[in-house]
Amino acid sequence: MSDRLIYLFLGLFGLAALVVPLLPIVLARFIAPKRPGTVKRQPYECGMEVEGDAWVKFRIQYYLFAILFVIFDVEALFLFPWAVVFKQAGPAGLWAIGIFIGVLMLGWVYAWQEGALEWE
Amino acid sequence: MALILAAAPVCMMYLTWLERKVIARIQDRVGPNRVGPYGLLQPLADGIKMLTKEDLVPEGADRLCHFLAPVLIVVPALFLFTLLPFGPGWVAAPLKTGLLFFVAIGSLGTLPIFMAGWGSRNKFSLLGAVRTAAQLIAYEVPLVLSLAVVPMIAGTLNLEQIVWAQQGRWFIFTPWGAAGFLILFTAGLAEVNRTPFDLPEAESEIVAGFHTEYSGMKFALFYMAEFLSTLALAGLASVLFLGGWWGPLLPGFLWMGIKTFLLVCVMIWIRGTFPRFRIDQLMEFAWKVLLPLSMINLMAAACSAMIPGIAGDLAALALLAGTFLITTQLWLIAKPQLTKKWSSRIVEQTWDSS
Repeated sequence: MSDRLIYLFLGLFGLAALVVPLLPIVLARFIAPKRPGTVKRQPYECGMEVEGDAWVKFRIQYYLFAILFVIFDVEALFLFPWAVVFKQAGPAGLWAIGIFIGVLMLGWVYAWQEGALEWE
Repeated sequence: MALILAAAPVCMMYLTWLERKVIARIQDRVGPNRVGPYGLLQPLADGIKMLTKEDLVPEGADRLCHFLAPVLIVVPALFLFTLLPFGPGWVAAPLKTGLLFFVAIGSLGTLPIFMAGWGSRNKFSLLGAVRTAAQLIAYEVPLVLSLAVVPMIAGTLNLEQIVWAQQGRWFIFTPWGAAGFLILFTAGLAEVNRTPFDLPEAESEIVAGFHTEYSGMKFALFYMAEFLSTLALAGLASVLFLGGWWGPLLPGFLWMGIKTFLLVCVMIWIRGTFPRFRIDQLMEFAWKVLLPLSMINLMAAACSAMIPGIAGDLAALALLAGTFLITTQLWLIAKPQLTKKWSSRIVEQTWDSS
């Protein structure tokens, strides 16, 4: 099977897989009772009256970790092609990737030093 | 295709039964035993109950987001099963880049969870969602890096050929393989939100996390996705490190099944045994211990591949053990200093205000 055929299969599978979650939801729409009420539709807050909006700003720290994640995930993406040809590339490839990882790890040490990895 | 679509949900249903039974035994209870012999029909009864429950959408919620999240979270979880080889040639989609595709599809699960949390317009949901996002991206990095050692040695990303490469020796019996397996398993537990990393749905802190506002079938779909990805993770671990279908006497697909089943049992056992992490411990464990360890694991794999004989393996082992000791010590020592800084700051503030 060529790769193109496999991607076609995966696309079709994706469409077919939509049935698995949609079927019970649609089925439930017919079976399940519907008795809406204003109190019922309030967001859950442990039974207390709802106070304020939920859509608020959240901490900057989450963004910081997200940026770190992007750095390391892109790095991982570069690592995979190297990993596949690792044995052919030999010591030269190892040096190249070693320098690449080394530079990134320097950045990681810097981030640790600056306290970016502390969760307060 | 139809086989996977039919078998995966059934497997997932019985996984819930298994988990409840095992957890009950660990906690000295009997577990479900009313519906059918040994409670075997319990998953069906649960399904019927979920179908007949009212579907609530909170006021002011983003209705599209709220509806799409449970649908979109199940689809990638199902995709994972098309890529796993259950025996020689028994794979629905034998992609050349199977491993990379698996990782890509597997990490899609973050988005629907965030959609669910944001779309619900509930404080607990949003808290759960941002926690999930932070946790999943933190553990994504060591997970992906621990996977990268396998193509280094096997020389391919095709999952079936990776299993063929383990014919003589399973990868877990090498130092880098053992370390890679442990990192994959730990990070994987965090990726599928299982105890001890189940902060996104920590019921004692934020009710039910991102699915607080879901009821009925939509709620069940979140559970379905979670159990499906648990199964897929166990399958991936057994394909990459435990030799997939290789094993004596029994036919290949049975070995694959046994290994997956055992890994799932270990996950349930972990859930029955360990308490939950605190969020700062969780994040710092990922960034300060697992990340350098998985980086060094790449070097360890290079060592054992470049240096022939037992010397390479020993060097790899020494490298890994050294890094683990150093990083855990650094991580643990840093804590008291932090609290000291904190407490002094608090003291200063009280002085200022008084």
